[in-house]
Amino acid sequence: MTKLTYERPVIQKLNTGTMNKFGSRTEYTPVTHIEGVSVKSLMAEYGSPLFVISEPQIRRNYQSAVRAFKTRYPKVQFAWSYKTNYLNAVCNVFHQEGAWAEVVSIFEYQKALKNGVPGNKIIFNGPDKSADDLRTAIINHSLIHIDHFDELYLLIEIAQELKTKATVAIRVNMDTGIYPIWDRFGFNYENGQAWNAINKIMSAPELELNGLHCHIGTFMLSAGAYATAAWKLCDLAWNIKLKWNHMIHYLDLGGGFASANTLKGSYLQGSDIIPSTEDYADAIATTILNFGFKPDELPLLFLETGRSLIDDAGYLLGSVLATKRLSDGRRATIMDFGVNLLFTAFWYNHKISPAQEFSHHTEDMVLYGPLCMNIDCIRESINLPLLSKGDQVVVHRVGAYNMTQWMQFIQMRPNVVMIDAKQNVHLIRTKESIDTMLRYELVPEHLEQFKL
Amino acid sequence: MKINKNIAVSDNGFIFNPLSGDSFSTNPIGQEVIRLMKEQKTKEEIVKLLAQKYNSEDSNIEKDLVDFFQMLLSYQLISEHE
Repeated sequence: MTKLTYERPVIQKLNTGTMNKFGSRTEYTPVTHIEGVSVKSLMAEYGSPLFVISEPQIRRNYQSAVRAFKTRYPKVQFAWSYKTNYLNAVCNVFHQEGAWAEVVSIFEYQKALKNGVPGNKIIFNGPDKSADDLRTAIINHSLIHIDHFDELYLLIEIAQELKTKATVAIRVNMDTGIYPIWDRFGFNYENGQAWNAINKIMSAPELELNGLHCHIGTFMLSAGAYATAAWKLCDLAWNIKLKWNHMIHYLDLGGGFASANTLKGSYLQGSDIIPSTEDYADAIATTILNFGFKPDELPLLFLETGRSLIDDAGYLLGSVLATKRLSDGRRATIMDFGVNLLFTAFWYNHKISPAQEFSHHTEDMVLYGPLCMNIDCIRESINLPLLSKGDQVVVHRVGAYNMTQWMQFIQMRPNVVMIDAKQNVHLIRTKESIDTMLRYELVPEHLEQFKL
Repeated sequence: MKINKNIAVSDNGFIFNPLSGDSFSTNPIGQEVIRLMKEQKTKEEIVKLLAQKYNSEDSNIEKDLVDFFQMLLSYQLISEHE
């Protein structure tokens, strides 16, 4: 006789008066395939946990973002934000699509060069550029975005030493009506600091001011803030033209476009409240086009958005290690992935789906990771089917920042695979082993032996 | 381990405790366990009966039953817990 499918017995107290009028949905619809490839087979072959990246989704996101801007503004160039996800395979998908590289350290800069990006198509941002880094960037004709006066004066010295002219831009920070103001990077617009930097550059024969850059924040929920930012950059460009008779070649509006993840503390789901790429594009393009530049003076528009192009192309597959009951009666489920791999769990309530069929019965639970550390909590409260040891889940929208900010803490990092348009699966980063970790350690001779 | 006498269980899994006024819902297996408890079955007997009917190991069912009884106790639906 065939036995019936087992499901553990549950009992739940019925409460009234606590209904959410928006009725946020319980995620019990199983996600059994990603881009046509079975989740179960992926985990059987590459292990659990496992990061999965969809190449077709990256391309769809990129093409749709480019379309949103190019249909509104004549001169647009995207640069892939390496820090968002600098796995070479991911970067190269963006480069194949036409994106330049945007880097914020010499490590990322070297990665871009090794990937084959020409030096003059690398935007070098960030507060940490050594004299050697700047020398390399000048020689390669990269787009150097100056962050502070120390860097500006250092650049003048290096250009004098190299007997060449360095082409630069400055990063400008500003009040765009949103909180917090990111004033730690670049030169401030409102207090005149940006003008001081511009005047210094314009009067230095070793430097040529080619562009103006800003990056007003992250996960921006207001497209209007970009209109303000674009207006302030246009204002600087316009006044540079008036005062110095010099036309700025490009404006770089940075990134910060939101993905459809749900921020912690948000009442509504992320997908219901984020502006669309078209909203951002409209705010930026309309402002620049209406500012008053002649058609042949219109600056090239750079965009460095990362998160919104990669987040929904990344999935994390994982398995239930155990379930238990907390002292107050809540269900706790322990997964084989935690904040070590899912750094963004500190900011988001990630959508998590079961990877196999369940009944419609669900329960509220806390989702913990495998680390023996109290911080390792993935979701403080989530309603999921009756998960048991060995069951598999799919975490959605993990493509941004997790594969760069992940920690080798207690556990080692897992495999990362990419699914291509023909549903072929490619291993793009191998899981770490004890040898990976020990390769970098040295033990002094007198500590090599011990007796216990 | 006895389920309190006056607890009302409906056919579709709703449970009502007239002493506290609390209502509960349970899944079909939970309903079945409560029915077996009302029939004075012991934990071991319930494990055996469920293992015959469902595709799961005895140890797994026993582990889940212990948890289920713990919840029944915390909801004051049973008065003792072995």
